Amino acid sequence: MMKGLKKWRLFSLLTVMTVFLSACGEDYLSTLRPAGAVGKEQLNILLLSIVIMALVVVVVSTIYLVAFFKFRRAKLGENHMPKQVEGSHTLEVIWTVIPIILLLILAVPTLNSTYKFADVAAMDEVDEAGNKTALTVNVTAKLYWWEFEYPDLGIITAQELVVPTGEKVYFNLIASDVKHSFWIPSVGGKMDTNVDGINKFYLQFDKESVGLNDGEGVFYGKCAELCGPSHALMDFKVKALEPAAFDAWVAAMKATEGQTASADSADVGEAAFANSCIGCHAVSAVAGSGVGPNLTTFGDRNRLAGFMEHSVEETTNWIMDPEKYKPGNTMTGKYNVSPEEAKAISEYLMKLTVEK
Amino acid sequence: MSSVTQKKGFGAHVWDYLTTVDHKKIAIMYLAAGTLFFAIAGFEALLMRIQLMFPESDFISAGLFNELLTMHGTTMLFLAATPIIFAFMNAIVPLQIGARDVAFPFLNSLGFWLFFLGAVFLHLSFFLGGAPDAGWTSYASLSLYSPGHGIDFYILGLQISGAGTLISGINFIVTIITMRAPGMTFMRMPLFTWTSLVSSSLILFAFPPLTGGLFLMLVDRMFGANFFDHTMGGNTIIWEHLFWIFGHPEVYILVLPAFGLFSEIIPVFARKRLFGYSSMVFATILIGFLGFMVWAHHMFTVGLGATANAIFAVATMAIAVPTGMKVFNWILTIWGGSIKVTVPMLYALGFIPSFVAGGVTGVMQATAPLDYQLHDSYFIVAHFHYVIVGGIVTALFGSAHFYWPIMFNRALNPKLGALTFWVFFIGFHLTFFIQHFLGLMGMPRRVFTYMGGQGWDLFNFISTIGAIMMGIGVVLLVIDVLLSIKSEPVNKRDYWGDGRSLEWAIETPLPFYNFKQTPLVRGYDPYWIEKEEGNKEGMVYAEPLGEIHMPNNSILPLIMSIGTFIAAFGALYSPWGDQAQAGATHASPAVSLALIIGGLGLTIGCMIARSFKDDLGFHVTVAEIEAIESDLAHYRATGKKGGNK
Repeated sequence: MMKGLKKWRLFSLLTVMTVFLSACGEDYLSTLRPAGAVGKEQLNILLLSIVIMALVVVVVSTIYLVAFFKFRRAKLGENHMPKQVEGSHTLEVIWTVIPIILLLILAVPTLNSTYKFADVAAMDEVDEAGNKTALTVNVTAKLYWWEFEYPDLGIITAQELVVPTGEKVYFNLIASDVKHSFWIPSVGGKMDTNVDGINKFYLQFDKESVGLNDGEGVFYGKCAELCGPSHALMDFKVKALEPAAFDAWVAAMKATEGQTASADSADVGEAAFANSCIGCHAVSAVAGSGVGPNLTTFGDRNRLAGFMEHSVEETTNWIMDPEKYKPGNTMTGKYNVSPEEAKAISEYLMKLTVEK
Repeated sequence: MSSVTQKKGFGAHVWDYLTTVDHKKIAIMYLAAGTLFFAIAGFEALLMRIQLMFPESDFISAGLFNELLTMHGTTMLFLAATPIIFAFMNAIVPLQIGARDVAFPFLNSLGFWLFFLGAVFLHLSFFLGGAPDAGWTSYASLSLYSPGHGIDFYILGLQISGAGTLISGINFIVTIITMRAPGMTFMRMPLFTWTSLVSSSLILFAFPPLTGGLFLMLVDRMFGANFFDHTMGGNTIIWEHLFWIFGHPEVYILVLPAFGLFSEIIPVFARKRLFGYSSMVFATILIGFLGFMVWAHHMFTVGLGATANAIFAVATMAIAVPTGMKVFNWILTIWGGSIKVTVPMLYALGFIPSFVAGGVTGVMQATAPLDYQLHDSYFIVAHFHYVIVGGIVTALFGSAHFYWPIMFNRALNPKLGALTFWVFFIGFHLTFFIQHFLGLMGMPRRVFTYMGGQGWDLFNFISTIGAIMMGIGVVLLVIDVLLSIKSEPVNKRDYWGDGRSLEWAIETPLPFYNFKQTPLVRGYDPYWIEKEEGNKEGMVYAEPLGEIHMPNNSILPLIMSIGTFIAAFGALYSPWGDQAQAGATHASPAVSLALIIGGLGLTIGCMIARSFKDDLGFHVTVAEIEAIESDLAHYRATGKKGGNK
């Protein structure tokens, strides 16, 4: 076969694949529509491997179909006796060498990217003033929610990760109960959160999340490792903001220092929250890690519990019976509130915001 | 046994099967038990697919879904695919190498009963307070966290069943190495025998890590030890290593014999010698070896570091080379042949493209940085079902049609067989092809539900339709099997007309001693050589007609297995572990100890009894052989019983 023809085939196959695959899935969730450097590189490897693999499948299937249609007994006659061939060294060498070459083509970017994605040396770099140059987020996976702590900024949030665009964001990953896995498909590959020790990796967010999914404005994150009954419901959301907006968000988060719910408040919801919920849920982003998700940004959130509609009504239902919505969660049975209190708490929670 | 014309009632038949050491009967028991568990696991899969047919469906609950996914995976791999592979190994390997039985017939029976009672024990969990729910991998942090006794059933059931598999594996290694007919050198062994040998060797090396891992977890749960409890200095990653050091070779334990089966089917229906026999043997050994070296590719996202990931990525890719050699050899066997499209050949023809598709996605996952995206997504689900259904299940279905005449002296219906194939095959691709895209579109695996509007709704719906078609295919196969009971007996040798290896040289129904005289093997494809030379008898013999030595039946294997089964209940309801402290049901120390000691005592007592009894088997005299042969000839000619069966 001519070399030019082969190249042309490869190119057109690649084009068709790109067009076909990029039509697949939603841009806030699909690995085929990456919004960051890591995801883009992974998509490129995907395309390269798909092209090689598709070539293999096409070549094998062609030889196979030709062999099948050419040598059917129905065509050759019932008594046809084929030659009893033992084998062919030449052919065997050919189909040993060709796969080796194909695999070498794939192995080079594999090794390259493996080392590149594992390089977290920049995590600890500091500038002249001794401040960390890179943004680090500590991710703690719990049954069935996510805690995001920014150790160098002294703030903490849960369920919705907020990151700046255009720079590498480094993650320290750990699980506090059973193993989970941290995955934002449209931004880059996953990493397990083990119970035994911290895993480190980085992602880069090149696209702002604002305007995604008809104005919902978040990337979707998933838990990828089976972690119990509510594994499927352990979703989180990611807001990627341009650096200025991110800095503003950080400042607003820091400003919540000392914020708390008062049991004497005129707001019935706040008072009820102070009586029943504050033991587990903080309402200040500077409060440190708590038993339950930090609720400082509750009013800014996109979803309740990662997947439910973010409304007073649903929040009330959730408070009354979390087990019904997330079986096996650790919140059920830890408090006692009346339906009226639950509704008041929900209304209070909706007012907890740093963005508006 | 000596009384040839003995008539038997139903009870005597049951007793015969409970005590049998005949490899052909054990094969039938493996096939029946494996099929039962295949049906159960398939039904579980169907329930899961129905749950996922629509977003936010509430057909089954989250907890039950996790039990179903765990039991589906565990059952399919340990209790369906493995025993059905053993069924064919038992039925065919001794015939292919010209042996009268396996090396250790008593152990063969023990292997079956341990497998079966372990499997029954595991399934009792559904009725005794909840099945295991931590996935077939049973990763340590989740499985230690799991309340109730589900995981205990998993540990104990697999421990018993795994012991059976290990015993059977050793048995086949010894059988194949020591019991080949005169003239059958290693390089004249049929490919299925070769793959059985390599697969059994893999069992020998892969099951002990599982046994060890299960034992550590058993001690963790039964006595509150802390091998895997990270809060007490244990390490959960060690479980992952132990599991996958077993788990990855397990796939090859299953798929290599499947390759072997296709290497038997394709030459027969291409009427042509297997192309590149020696490279096929070499590739089999190489795949077996590499299969052990690559377990950590299941753990790319665990955080082992770049160097470990790089090494395991490249090692995994290397497996594609010998596997590719095999695929090309099969195609070149077809090339220049004379292809007859029978039902077994349909499965073989369907297997080649399906397996290639499953293989290439395996290479994609071996690409570690890409695997960060693919791992634990539906892409993985699609990949391994392409390998396991496209490779192993098609081999088992195809071989069932292929070897039915030898195993049962009946043939399956070719029209119904073709229909089964098409329904199942189309259903299979419909179910799993689309799941590649679900994975790429961000759907994690092992989810019991998903929210609508994430772009997954339609594909999940289509996948479920495919699964229903696969279910219909299996029902058609079962109907086919049931119909074959009433069909005409085959009563001939070489049912397909183009048989090449020794198993086709014997006339069905087979006498219990297989070969009245041990055949002499004069080359590769011995039966084909004899046919070429116009030998009407089918074989040349290596010995004159003489007394045949055969092993005695024994009930001890069943009793020994029952002993472990009883002891397992004692361990399950142990009052000493964390589970009992956490409020799970448990027995009193006395009851628990009594069950453990009594059960193990029964097993060990049987071992002692067995070791004191000099069981030398029995001899079939020349006169008896002649009587049996003439009875069989009479039966084949007239269709009237009077034979040894």
